[in-house]
Amino acid sequence: MAKVESNFKNMTATLLVITLVASAALGLVYQSTMEPIDLAQQAKINNAIKAVLPEFDNQPGNEAYSVAVDGGELTFYLATKDGQPVGTAVKTFSNNGFAGLIELMVGFLPDGTINKVAVISHKETPGLGDKIEPQKSEFSVQFEGKSPENFKLLVKKDGGDVDAITASTITSRAYCDALARAYNELKKGGKQ
Amino acid sequence: MSKVAQLTKGILRENPIFVLVLGMCPTLATTSSAFNGMGMGLATTFVLLSSNVVISAIARFIPDKVRIPSYIVVIATFVTIVDLVMQAYATKLYESLGIFIPLIVVNCIVLGRAEAFANKNTIFDSLLDGLGMGIGFTFALTLLGSVREMLGNFSIFGLPIIPKEPFWLKEVFFHDPILVFVLAPGAFIALAYLIAIFNRFKK
Repeated sequence: MAKVESNFKNMTATLLVITLVASAALGLVYQSTMEPIDLAQQAKINNAIKAVLPEFDNQPGNEAYSVAVDGGELTFYLATKDGQPVGTAVKTFSNNGFAGLIELMVGFLPDGTINKVAVISHKETPGLGDKIEPQKSEFSVQFEGKSPENFKLLVKKDGGDVDAITASTITSRAYCDALARAYNELKKGGKQ
Repeated sequence: MSKVAQLTKGILRENPIFVLVLGMCPTLATTSSAFNGMGMGLATTFVLLSSNVVISAIARFIPDKVRIPSYIVVIATFVTIVDLVMQAYATKLYESLGIFIPLIVVNCIVLGRAEAFANKNTIFDSLLDGLGMGIGFTFALTLLGSVREMLGNFSIFGLPIIPKEPFWLKEVFFHDPILVFVLAPGAFIALAYLIAIFNRFKK
């Protein structure tokens, strides 16, 4: 079959047509997946809130506010049931993980005690640092029902009250760092 | 070459992982579990299949000097489609594969098949070739992922494989999984053994 000649006009026209068709196709796909992607991300946040707070009947995603702190952002989700506050879920982070960023969702009861903690994302070592995930080990259980007021959020090696994960002290420290940051901002914000 | 051979050559005789040893980066990085390996394999299969078909259809209208940029644009388009669709409907898989989905663009299997096969064969043959190569790639990644997950986590597709009874079996023989297989060095070890076994039986 006769090949198209490689002159300037042919090459420009070919590339133009191909890129136009490609961008049209991508625009179409982007439009149709935009909504499902938004929903999927919201569902993820909502599931994390549900996992860390007692039962609520409002949409915490609509009553959220963010605070910029330490080069990142904390997001507070207020949950109520029958108009009564049942707690605040805080999306918090730490940059001190063994492999960088760790994002957690912490549920605080109105009196400031920790209800439950869920992991949103992390890159810790599988088998060692990933024990911060509630389904992988009991590590996160020790925080439940504790108030950071009298439960020092530092690993025992550093003079705190937290049992670190064996062989993952750095991860455990980062985890405590994220929790402490959430608690400090919650206290400062004064919004319960 | 018969149509059947066109399809099956990618699975056994010219398997992209075990024989051609192409696309090692996603192979080693995403196979920490059987599920991840299979997800990566299927995503690549879709890209391979679609780009092969489109490229074999348009190849004769493309001037030789701009063929590589043209192929890359076609491949990148399909990769972006996979990326968006996965983000919308398979969020969990999308998160565990992370950056490796966009990186399918630079997977040399995809461009390799476009340049070595699709641009000089018919659309139907290119479709069979893309499908066969994709299945071969998925098969290899799922197998590698299964082996690593079995040894490194005592599970396969997330299901535990160690029997609960009798209890001493777990205590004595299967106390701790071999963690290294989930980590990067385990990928090389497992892959080397699989290639050796595959070549033994190919002869």
